Amino acid sequence: MQLPDAEQLLQTLAERIRPLIDEDTALVGIHSGGAWLAERLQPMLGEDLPLGTLDISFYRDDFSRIGLHPQIKPSNIPFDVEGSHIILIDDVLYTGRTARAAMNELFDYGRPARITLAALIDRGGREMPIHAEVVGATVTLEPGQNIELVRDTTGHLHLKLTGGV
Amino acid sequence: MNNPQLDRNGQLKHLLSIEGLPRAILNQILDTAESFTGVSEREVKKVPLLRGKTVCNIFFENSTRTRTTFELAAKRLSADVVSLNVGTSSQSKGETILDTVDNLIAMHADMFVIRHAQSGAAHFIAQHVPADIHVINAGDGRHSHPTQGLLDVFTIRRYKPDMHNLRVAIVGDVLHSRVARSEIHALTTLGVPEVRVIAPKTLLPTDVEKLGVQVYHDMRAGLKDVDVVMMLRLQNERMSGALLPSSQEYFKCYGLTQDKLALARPDAIVMHPGPMNRGVEIDSAVADGNQSVILPQVTYGIAVRMAVMSILAGNTEAA
Repeated sequence: MQLPDAEQLLQTLAERIRPLIDEDTALVGIHSGGAWLAERLQPMLGEDLPLGTLDISFYRDDFSRIGLHPQIKPSNIPFDVEGSHIILIDDVLYTGRTARAAMNELFDYGRPARITLAALIDRGGREMPIHAEVVGATVTLEPGQNIELVRDTTGHLHLKLTGGV
Repeated sequence: MNNPQLDRNGQLKHLLSIEGLPRAILNQILDTAESFTGVSEREVKKVPLLRGKTVCNIFFENSTRTRTTFELAAKRLSADVVSLNVGTSSQSKGETILDTVDNLIAMHADMFVIRHAQSGAAHFIAQHVPADIHVINAGDGRHSHPTQGLLDVFTIRRYKPDMHNLRVAIVGDVLHSRVARSEIHALTTLGVPEVRVIAPKTLLPTDVEKLGVQVYHDMRAGLKDVDVVMMLRLQNERMSGALLPSSQEYFKCYGLTQDKLALARPDAIVMHPGPMNRGVEIDSAVADGNQSVILPQVTYGIAVRMAVMSILAGNTEAA
């Protein structure tokens, strides 16, 4: 399968997010891939857009099965969530469980006026009633395949396909 | 040797002492605690990790700060918490430790936090409980107080991130101090190159050098150019016999004053595990001074205990 170019998708994502921005908007990236994307999107969309990151490890629904993730990054929300419009950014939207956990975590910082979900890739396979308003590209994967975002040493983003036949 | 703290996969199952824990596990706890410091600063100071779990604090020996911070840590993880001061309840009616524990297991406790005046009490309980129950040592006799040691190194790491380039002095009653023992093991495991202990001969265990520390009897010499001064409490209640002439005499030789602190590096931090004996081991001017990080230690204690509890709860084998 020919994977789309992550850097081009980032441009597409920025163009699709731009019309949604209002005066209360803040960007929040989900670790790790979403945080990389949010970091890149912020200067493209406006230097003064508040920027935060979430590590959803404390809100995962599989903690009792797989335990705590060994490398947790601190969440950092340096703006008032109360009444804000949060654009939540993830790299790959799949089951919807990560977005669910991220929303629960955000509510512990305050009550946002609105949350918009933006994903670089939507690969289908939802297990939760979660929908992304902004998507860079939709891909269909073979059973057993996985897609992930990687960042190289120069800061460039790439999509990587793993597993499958 | 079989390490009762680790499970078959080398994951932390109980926290009984810092001795014998690999650096990777100490770092995992400290890194996780870093994330929990943010939780205590939010609007909702809670995460749902331990929802539905029951944590029992059993304190066979009094401690306000340790018990309160364990309680808050468990509550901020959304656990249900029961705290027992056993000194004032069943034990005085003659119940054994294991009976107390078995009763709480019958009430479906998931985790025990144990403080006891006898060294080894938490180990003893850890060997007794079923595989899906976790035990945390909150201080046993003169032996160990691992979460205090961890919160101390966490505090040091926050103020002095380059642990491989530090000179740390531990001052005072090392002989009776489980805190000192835990601190020494934590510091040496994390690669702090120079750990000094400063105390009169009567308050040092024999062979203390074997723990990898340098011994000083003269406080002024020992404080020279250190980055961190960790004061210990003079353990009056554990003191028997004439180890010291008087507390005034002790303050003169081993009490931390501004003038002795001036021998350390100008950016040195001052720590104390509490409760402080002001005017015995530490002068009020130092305890409340701008080099003191004694209250941040308390704050970080909650994050470190949240990290320990959540890592243990995450390493539960199916019963």
